[in-house]
Amino acid sequence: MRATFVAAEVGNGLRRNLTMTVAVIITVAVSLSLFGAALLVRSQVSTMKDFWYDKVEVSIFLCSKGSDTPSCAGGAVTDAQRDQIRTDLESLRPLVEEIYYESKQEAYDRFKEQFKNSPIVDNVTANALPESFRVKLSDPTKYDVVASAFAGRPGIEQVNDQRQILDKFFRLLGGLQLIALLIALVMLIVTVLLIVNTMRVAAFSRRRETSIMRLVGASNFYIQLPFLLEAALAAALGAILAIGSLVVMKVVLIDQVLAPSFQFTAFVGWDAVAAIAPIVFITGVGLASIAAFFTLRKYLRV
Amino acid sequence: MILFDHVTKQYATQNRPALEDVSLEIEKGEFIFLVGPSGSGKSTFLRLVLREERANSGTVWVLGKELNRLSNWKIPALRRQIGTVFQDFRLLPNKTVSENVAFALEVIGKPSSHIKKVVPEVLEVVGLEGKEGRRPDELSGGEQQRVAIARAFVNRPMLLIADEPTGNLDPGTSIGIMKLLDRINKLGTTVVMSTHDSQIVDQMRRRVIELEKGHVVRDQSRGVYGYAR
Repeated sequence: MRATFVAAEVGNGLRRNLTMTVAVIITVAVSLSLFGAALLVRSQVSTMKDFWYDKVEVSIFLCSKGSDTPSCAGGAVTDAQRDQIRTDLESLRPLVEEIYYESKQEAYDRFKEQFKNSPIVDNVTANALPESFRVKLSDPTKYDVVASAFAGRPGIEQVNDQRQILDKFFRLLGGLQLIALLIALVMLIVTVLLIVNTMRVAAFSRRRETSIMRLVGASNFYIQLPFLLEAALAAALGAILAIGSLVVMKVVLIDQVLAPSFQFTAFVGWDAVAAIAPIVFITGVGLASIAAFFTLRKYLRV
Repeated sequence: MILFDHVTKQYATQNRPALEDVSLEIEKGEFIFLVGPSGSGKSTFLRLVLREERANSGTVWVLGKELNRLSNWKIPALRRQIGTVFQDFRLLPNKTVSENVAFALEVIGKPSSHIKKVVPEVLEVVGLEGKEGRRPDELSGGEQQRVAIARAFVNRPMLLIADEPTGNLDPGTSIGIMKLLDRINKLGTTVVMSTHDSQIVDQMRRRVIELEKGHVVRDQSRGVYGYAR
């Protein structure tokens, strides 16, 4: 095995087939960028789930004077009802982790804080807002237990699960991720086809060399290695570009655009990018090598 | 060295077998002329020896190996012991004389110290000293064939296969090439050469095997080209 000879062959091959090499690098870069973006969205979803499921509460809104749901037929919630609800909530521990009572005044203060720049605040008084129990569950998926125990009880206007609102959002992100993955898959197929074709052209344009190599008794490994390394090298360059584009996505799109605009939620950190980068790299180089290997087996027979 | 025992080779695309029930033996150190019209099976014979094709029936022994049973990964080792020369030289146009010969050694992983030593030696044997740095298009046909012979001989093979090596050369140049092949033969390498050149065969007076339509029609030591007709 002579490394310098193989390296020189690889360099020659890449240069001689420059346009195809560039095409391979670009398609690998684009398809792996999409693939990496899809993975990034997935880890974004899981980051957000961690962040939000920790914070979501079940809200039990109590009846106010003007409530018109049937369970509020008796008018505003009475002190006895309120105490009974609290006792019942306490009995649901340890599923119920925290219970927090929010009075009308507290609801109003929070409302004012949330909408402090909006004229809507001027039209709302503390009386218009319902008092509520905010319940945090140890397992947010067991919302049904709370809902079935309290929904429709006299004095309770409504039981709300914030998780249901989030789930809609996560489903949207999941859909985006699926679309990105599908496009990435199609692009990866295109990439594989392009590599197969590139290898075919390369094998054909160097048929003189390879036929002489076969004749003088070069092993298959030695004949195919320069081609394989060329494919792997082009794919590695493409993968590095793709990782670069992931870094740009993180710096520009996430850190500079999304994070300042949506401060209420968490975004993926550099650890996610660091975890995705090797997957992207190995996928690119591995796929290219496998595609090249099987093509060469067909076109560079002993 | 080479033993064909009732060998038949039938290509899938042709009606008549290229070789049919061919049996012959070639001893170590012999110089063989393989003659016969186009399509008589000369090239198929050589391709079977190089294991570029497999026989459909019969057994082919080359250098002590039964080729039908030789597994694919052992073929390179077989070919390293066989030098090959063709009518069209098959040199790499973008490499110099030295590089063309060295290429054959590089691709079988020989160390560069070995290559630096043996390439000038073999170029001297074939009479190309002083032309090491030329490219094939700066050489005459005879010189190009000498490069090809140097490449085939640089590993000191047991067997040299020459498929019409003088087919593209004028008579004067051909004699030079034949002298070179004769010299290589005298150095101990068995030479099997297919040819259409009656003059050369008549002059050399070596063993002649004549093929016609896939059959051996003549096998004669110290033969001439057209004796059987």
